[in-house]
Amino acid sequence: MKQFSLALVAFLISFGAAAQYKTGDKARDFKLKNIDGKKVSMSQYKEAKGFIVIFTCNHCPWSQAYEQRIIDLDKKYKPLGYPVIALNPNDPDQQPQDSFEEMKKRAKKYGYTFPYLVDEDQGVAKDYGATRTPHVYILNKEAEGLMVRYIGAIDDNTEYPDRVSQRYAEDALQDLMEGTYVRHGNTKAVGCTIKWKKS
Amino acid sequence: MRSLFLLLLLSTSVLQAQNIPIIKQADLYALLAKRDDTLRVVNFWATWCGPCVQELPHFEKLQRNHHDKPLKVILVSLDFPSQLQKRVVPFVKKRKLTATVLLLDGGDPNQWIDRVEPRWSGSIPATLFLYKGKRLFYEGQLSEADLYKYVQQIKSQSP
Repeated sequence: MKQFSLALVAFLISFGAAAQYKTGDKARDFKLKNIDGKKVSMSQYKEAKGFIVIFTCNHCPWSQAYEQRIIDLDKKYKPLGYPVIALNPNDPDQQPQDSFEEMKKRAKKYGYTFPYLVDEDQGVAKDYGATRTPHVYILNKEAEGLMVRYIGAIDDNTEYPDRVSQRYAEDALQDLMEGTYVRHGNTKAVGCTIKWKKS
Repeated sequence: MRSLFLLLLLSTSVLQAQNIPIIKQADLYALLAKRDDTLRVVNFWATWCGPCVQELPHFEKLQRNHHDKPLKVILVSLDFPSQLQKRVVPFVKKRKLTATVLLLDGGDPNQWIDRVEPRWSGSIPATLFLYKGKRLFYEGQLSEADLYKYVQQIKSQSP
């Protein structure tokens, strides 16, 4: 019986994770609390051509390693129509460093130029299929809606920004702006597991 | 005399603390391609990863309980290579880990994650069970019961 329930739990977890976006899917909007207390949703950005949605957090060293590069992405691509929206999906009960207060502190300290939203019920991370931080989704506004055109890594070298040779996320943005097919729609990176709420 | 002293010093330090080799992509593939009679439990982790550190004692216990059996726990650290001496070595020493610890300096994860396991999204912890050409993969934190369950499962699985 115990083995059966274990198998069932494993099944439920994998089932829950299966409902995730692939490139080419239509992404849903969200309305989440920003660090300034105001709600942010993508529909507010009338001029945007798309979004760089990044699941990230405070505590994870991989997120920290990419922090400046995320700020740089926003500075470069916001004027071109693709702003960064960062979401923290982690359960602060399990990772106190990822609390709302700590998010405010971190964003201020490092000068975030983009919204840093709390995915409090983890619903956006679940629907998008995010598993780790950082995890990037590039969305493009098209006739059908907000289409997922890229899922994956920021680039190919987490530790040393000066040794990067593949800028996967930027390549995708360039391809979208040129109206061509995104050459690498999916990439993988190592990241910290999203700290899911224990139900 | 001095060289004898050095030798003595070296050998005792080898006995006390394990050497943690840095491996490259090709070394990892070679490790995963082994199809002998040893059951290998390859766990991807990092010193800073909470759930990884929580499940680590189960892996340690598994290795200690099977020290005379063809079962090998291999802990592949994904800490930054520059952190080997600063973080990984002291961590392994402090916890007196007896399982094999390696540090992967693999370059672009996009190149090797899929080759380790296509279902792996890249989050850690993640664990591969390899035995006689058979494989099982689990992404996420393992309970002790699950760890033993998977070990039994891969042993009994028909190829």
